[in-house]
Amino acid sequence: MSTTFAGTARYIADEGLLADVNAAVLLGRPLLVKGEPGTGKTVLATAVAEALGVPLYTWSIKSTTKAVDGLYHYDVVQRLNDARFGEGDVRDIRRYIRMGVLGQAFNTEQRVVVLIDEIDKADLEFPNDLLRELDEMVFHVPEIDETVRAKHRPIVIITSNAEKELPDAFLRRCVFHYIAFPDRERMRKIVDVHLPNLSEKLVESAFQRFYGLRRLDGIRKKPSTSELVDWLSVLARAGVAPEELAAKLPFPGILLKQEQDLELAKAKR
Amino acid sequence: MILLNLLFNLRSQGLGVGTGEWLAFLRGLASGLVEDLDGLYYLARAVLVHSEAHYDAFDLAFTATFKGVELPPKLKDALWEWLQDAKLGEGERVPGDYESWEQLQEELRKRLEEQKERHDGGSRWVGTGGTSPFGHSGRNDQGIRVGGESQGRGAVQVASERRWGEYRTDMTLSVRDFKVALAMLRNLAREGREELDIEGTIAKTAKGGGEIDLHFAKERVNRVHLLLLMDVGGSMEPHAALVSRLFTAAKEMKVFKTFEALYFHNAPYRFVYKSYATYERRLTSDVIRDLTPQHRIIFVGDASMAPWELFNTGFGDTGPSGLDWIQRMSRKAPASVWLNPDPPRYWDHPTVRAIGNAVPMFHLSVSGLRGAIRKLRAGGTPGVGA
Repeated sequence: MSTTFAGTARYIADEGLLADVNAAVLLGRPLLVKGEPGTGKTVLATAVAEALGVPLYTWSIKSTTKAVDGLYHYDVVQRLNDARFGEGDVRDIRRYIRMGVLGQAFNTEQRVVVLIDEIDKADLEFPNDLLRELDEMVFHVPEIDETVRAKHRPIVIITSNAEKELPDAFLRRCVFHYIAFPDRERMRKIVDVHLPNLSEKLVESAFQRFYGLRRLDGIRKKPSTSELVDWLSVLARAGVAPEELAAKLPFPGILLKQEQDLELAKAKR
Repeated sequence: MILLNLLFNLRSQGLGVGTGEWLAFLRGLASGLVEDLDGLYYLARAVLVHSEAHYDAFDLAFTATFKGVELPPKLKDALWEWLQDAKLGEGERVPGDYESWEQLQEELRKRLEEQKERHDGGSRWVGTGGTSPFGHSGRNDQGIRVGGESQGRGAVQVASERRWGEYRTDMTLSVRDFKVALAMLRNLAREGREELDIEGTIAKTAKGGGEIDLHFAKERVNRVHLLLLMDVGGSMEPHAALVSRLFTAAKEMKVFKTFEALYFHNAPYRFVYKSYATYERRLTSDVIRDLTPQHRIIFVGDASMAPWELFNTGFGDTGPSGLDWIQRMSRKAPASVWLNPDPPRYWDHPTVRAIGNAVPMFHLSVSGLRGAIRKLRAGGTPGVGA
């Protein structure tokens, strides 16, 4: 098994990201990836798992997710039901303990990648509740008085959209990487992957408008990479001439989703 | 010693680096993660910095440390020498896995040796063929040895470009601080959706001699209504960012039974405004009518104005004065506070004193906020039976 990550054919990462992924793997610390939506945070975990040839366990966080959900679940209702109707061996509480995503990852016989996706969706205290579990890769199940210890320290990748600030104690234990918004050069590569047959001039003038919009003072939701790709493909299909883009902004609704932003773009034109 | 300089430069940039993080960084160095200055830059940034807001400060500290510094060709040996010189300051803790500093050092030495052997064997830890995690512009290609005179410039150059300047935020109170404080305002009661009450079910089932008796209880919901009344414009202009952070936090909390934000200028008069941009407004008397003891009012304002603006009727309105309106509100919702962004040394002003007498006033700072929340929790006999 390889121990280093150097990107994959479909996932092009910059050297800073590669260095940070490898640092996290080597130090055995969770990698916290932050960045604007649409900068490829979630895909990174898939790419890492693929590059290292290990399975990926994904734990998607919702606003109602609790830390214990990722560890294990004790199915009381099933047990009560079995007790009532005399089905199964209810004395064996183990039968009613189901492992969560982290629990499963701890129990596998090989090293795995665990993705904790969008950790900022959960309650404020959620990250603090996972401190020991992620630090020592161990947790206790009081129902069966047993400790689950990771057989192989998993590679943990955590993504955050920065909807909520994460607690300091949690941050101190992570390797942190911020995925910056792609510059023109990198964006060009991304666009080429998705839309290979665009004219040079169209892309150039579309980029001009796109990065101009992102720089606007007071814009609420900056247009993202995926919106740019959509916009470019519509422009190409509608046959918009590159020269037109300087004077007007066709199909603004693809790039700007908030009324205030549309107004702003109109005013600044 | 140069790494110590980095630590000090980081500190002087306001980046506190904990012992745990620093040792993790050293462990990273010792395990051969770093082959050149670029690697050092990325490793240090990943382990020691926790927010893109601090990337800029880190870049400055890194530039200050390594600009014009000639690094020895074998960076790793130099690092090891440094590690041997290093002493752990008094009171600093060695992280859990190692019992003593000596043991940690011994561990580092062993790993360094392992690393060396692996290198002699010819299998580089970092990838080859231009996919190396560290090299700029394919420097690691074809086995060119890392080191030499000008190799280290890349990272310093990148760092000195200060690409992260716009991500910088030097906040006194963050949105998170506000949220953590506001979360303490919860006054939970069993209302709303029913959920299975496991404890209750077990107790009832046991009493019934094993006959399953499912017991449901209402979910616990927050009964607190929050009303945020904010002074805008004029002398409040410099505090706009801070106030908007409080507003964002309160709005995103979604734990309150209701949350309403209203605006006024100087003091609330006959109307308070839902939005200052559209002049959409509510009668202040209507707002007062809807107040219950479960309401918590947080006023935000500097409370300083010309005396007539507070003690008389404002802006051509007829009816009670600004102070009257404030008193009426705080009588109806006794658990109310006034947050003042001006520091207390400016509070010796007639209008500030008058408002402070009507509503407990706190400074809009970390400690002031804490006091305000304590007052909101204690005040006005909330909860039981109300």
